[in-house]
Amino acid sequence: MHIAVCIKQVPDTKNVRIDPDTHTLVRQGVESIINPFDLFAVEGALKIKDESGARVTVMTMGPPQAEEALREVLSRGVDEAVLLSDRAFAGSDTWATSMTLSAAIRKLGDVDLIFCGKQAIDGDTAQVGPELATLLDIPYATFVKKIEKLDDQNLKVTRQTDDGVEVWKLPTPALITVIKEMGEPRLPSLRHKMRAKKAQIPVWGIADLGLDANDVGLCGSFTQVVRVFSPPRRSDQILITGSIEEQVEQLFSYLKEAKVPGV
Amino acid sequence: MKAVVDVKKCTICGVCEGVCPFAAITVGESSVEISDECTLCGMCVDTCEFGAISLPEIGTGPGADLAEYNGIWVFAEWRAGAVHRVSHELLGAARRLADKKAVELSAILLGHQLDKGLATDLIMHGADIVYLVDHPQLGQFTNEAYADVLVDLIRRKRPEILLAGATSIGRSFIPRVAASLKTGLTADCTELDISEEGLLLQTRPAFGGNVMATIVCPHGRPQMATVRPKVMKPLKLSEHQGRVESVEITEGIFRNRVQVLEIIPEQDQTAKLTEADIIISGGRGLGRPENFAILEELARLMKGAVGASRGAVEEGWIAPSHQVGQTGRTVAPTLYMAVGLSGAIQHVVGMQGSKIIVAVNKDPHAPIFDVATYGVVADLFEFMPAFIRKVKQERE
Amino acid sequence: MNYFLTEEQQMIQELAAQVAREKIKPVRAQLDEQEEFPWEIMKILAQADLFGLYIPEAYGGMGGGIFENCLAIEQIAQVCIGVATTFAASGLGAYPILLYGSEEQKQRYLPEIASGKRLAAFGLTESGAGSDVAGIKTTAVRDGDHYVLNGTKQWITNGGEAEIYSVLALTDRSKGPRGASFFIVEKGDPGFSFGKKEKKLGIRASATRELVFQDCRLPKERLIGREGVGFINAMKTFDKSRPGIAALGVGLCQGALDIAVEYARKREQFGKPIITFQAIQHKLANMAIKTEASRALLYSVARHMDTDPPDSSKLAAMVKVFSGDAAMDVATDAVQVLGGYGYMQDYPVEKMMRDAKILQIYEGTNEIQRNIIGQELNKEYSRLKETFF
Repeated sequence: MHIAVCIKQVPDTKNVRIDPDTHTLVRQGVESIINPFDLFAVEGALKIKDESGARVTVMTMGPPQAEEALREVLSRGVDEAVLLSDRAFAGSDTWATSMTLSAAIRKLGDVDLIFCGKQAIDGDTAQVGPELATLLDIPYATFVKKIEKLDDQNLKVTRQTDDGVEVWKLPTPALITVIKEMGEPRLPSLRHKMRAKKAQIPVWGIADLGLDANDVGLCGSFTQVVRVFSPPRRSDQILITGSIEEQVEQLFSYLKEAKVPGV
Repeated sequence: MKAVVDVKKCTICGVCEGVCPFAAITVGESSVEISDECTLCGMCVDTCEFGAISLPEIGTGPGADLAEYNGIWVFAEWRAGAVHRVSHELLGAARRLADKKAVELSAILLGHQLDKGLATDLIMHGADIVYLVDHPQLGQFTNEAYADVLVDLIRRKRPEILLAGATSIGRSFIPRVAASLKTGLTADCTELDISEEGLLLQTRPAFGGNVMATIVCPHGRPQMATVRPKVMKPLKLSEHQGRVESVEITEGIFRNRVQVLEIIPEQDQTAKLTEADIIISGGRGLGRPENFAILEELARLMKGAVGASRGAVEEGWIAPSHQVGQTGRTVAPTLYMAVGLSGAIQHVVGMQGSKIIVAVNKDPHAPIFDVATYGVVADLFEFMPAFIRKVKQERE
Repeated sequence: MNYFLTEEQQMIQELAAQVAREKIKPVRAQLDEQEEFPWEIMKILAQADLFGLYIPEAYGGMGGGIFENCLAIEQIAQVCIGVATTFAASGLGAYPILLYGSEEQKQRYLPEIASGKRLAAFGLTESGAGSDVAGIKTTAVRDGDHYVLNGTKQWITNGGEAEIYSVLALTDRSKGPRGASFFIVEKGDPGFSFGKKEKKLGIRASATRELVFQDCRLPKERLIGREGVGFINAMKTFDKSRPGIAALGVGLCQGALDIAVEYARKREQFGKPIITFQAIQHKLANMAIKTEASRALLYSVARHMDTDPPDSSKLAAMVKVFSGDAAMDVATDAVQVLGGYGYMQDYPVEKMMRDAKILQIYEGTNEIQRNIIGQELNKEYSRLKETFF
């Protein structure tokens, strides 16, 4: 079985904010990390590899430095990596990203299963997985926490919904987006770290993927950002002091005033 | 692709450099450089009083004649035989937009053995038209069946705007709809409006909620957005009139690739985080797993859910399905009570959209107090039982 | 300080540090309090390929040396030497097989130890034989194609948890120092059982138990090397393993120093951070000097030993003594710098102080080490032609 995992390098979002004086996105000192949901995806793929000897390829669309993220993933046991990088890809929305990834998956050729993280913690859209599956015309399931083999053609996936849990039959080739319960990401191993250091990672650009400038990047995107601003600060922050009894009374009356259900 | 500076008009005043949210403009001694960081957001264009900056034409759209697309559609979510309240919230928001644009508002209801009363309910929440699509294969949600039926409907009727709830159903299938139609989709919007040019302005949090972004889809149709539940206000328009239309599904629409084998509804109401209006959440400050019982008691009293920080989950005190935060669930209830929880940023990004945040912590320097509406510096083991007593007392 | 590590050596450090930081630090207090054996962490270290650093590639190891092993031990020790001892002691148990075992024995046992699948342990100490190693009484009597072992080993690290034991027993009491031999004993061998788990002052995550041999029958293939070379082999094994113990000390020094400096910078008294007071500065300075000196000595000795020098006893002893004493001093000073907070279990330094003591005791007490050094100096200088005054 050949499994492809799509990952994204994202800014460590806890430090991303708008500078209150200049109203610009502060990028200084914000380091890049691998999107946490993608690490769960990598772990899910590696578990299948442990059990049944599948081959796992990781790919990412990003600037040249996204290569570090690929090596980091290789050091955990993934077999191959490919970097999709080209100036033309910059500014992609989820559609353009999915276009690019789908071209890469087609170029890889024999992919049976694609793992994606549920969402990226910078964009928070959770759209790329489903859009990619649609462009490849393969079935998909989202918010998967467990995946098992049902038979030679089908997988059994367990997914989390707002109301509980559902079990789906998914024929391969297929795509899944995964959540944290898919697995605690394993640490790198020394052998894999050494292999990752030496690994040759091909870089595929727009021509390698057979794409047109109008398909990708800002030009290929349907949505564009017209405004970026700081979320409104919470006004009226109140610190409730006093004895326990006083604090209880105060809080209760505030919540009652605010018509909080249940109070 | 980036903004272009007309050197003949540019006076090198430098104002544009200061307003670019992506730090893409560098104003030098004799020229203004725009780097590849430019995302064509247009802030500089608006700001330049000399009209020296302009945006290039965005790439070709799907070649659709935009004028053919009219009306606003809302996907009404049918779950467990009823219309989920997010549909009412969507109709409330969409009603305003439809009135602003003077167009029709339609609700699309997909399901099986649909009660006509459901359609009436949608009309009374603002829908001018309700399209009813009743089919056995829509009895149980699968992303393919729902998406392919909706795509087919959209191709036939051509709405200009489509809205859906950012629920687990919406987030699962709406991206397939957008990709199939080759149009843009914005996820999890918290604000919707119409621009001067008549475009849908889709505002949503990004970077975990640390930044807000407003997005448009100038060329793709329909303009699509999923909307965060519990943010928009439903409207009760009991006098409102509308019509119901049953829609036949096109032959061969169903791919029948995925199949639902089993549905296991969550029995523990306190685990239904995304549905809850009230969430009482606990962190490491609880000290031991047994102390979650205190939070469970209050949650049950208030018919809410119990949340947890990553720390509490990693200690094994409560199941991961209760985790709120960056790698857990994002919630936006009416009341979020953070008890014995320090409020590390990875947790806060998962709940800062809550309407009212109450923090109970004995450490006055805990970062949770920075986002709390009401902060209570107290020993949770004294405060919580007393608060529970008060709630019970007031019930009598 | 730049110790000119190769890329691979840096990777070992990074990986071991990552395991320590992400997997050991969050649980060290609990492991200590509950006296819980760190099985989960051993599995993680195994998965990370850190168990067989010193074992040749032919036997499934990484083909590194003592130096590489010490780099890993040091990083783990920075967080908890209870866990690090468990890890290092498996190496001690493997060494007799690695150094003196037959090809069959190496093929049979080393790959499993290298992969962390089975832990090893070293069985020498007895109730009557601590520093006086020659005082052991456990016997191994030849009976046809078997050896029968009788006796009790005391205070064996990893006892009861490990599956492979290198045990020293008397094969011929009449031959005195030439009468002992090493045997490979496996958990489950008939007549081999364990005593109760000891309750200790420190390194409480490490399991310490008696090994009980009651007519324990071993196939003769379990003899390591020849009969009679046991004591010499044991001494040479210690030469190889002592730098590992020193690495425990260096790690602990660093861990304690880090906490002490951070605390001194944050804690304010009399309106200032206490690090601005000379008394604290001097303490921290001494701690830092001892830490770096231990490290520099360890790295030099470990590198030297990987060149297989004919004589390494003196250096092995020096590095063990120096870093063990340093660790005890630095940990005690760390508690002092943290003052009242240092005494409380809320802060990790009291555990480090309790843990550090063992470094001056096991694997040859520091008194014995000094004996060795003194004797070696005598031997060394007796061979010199030059005179100094």
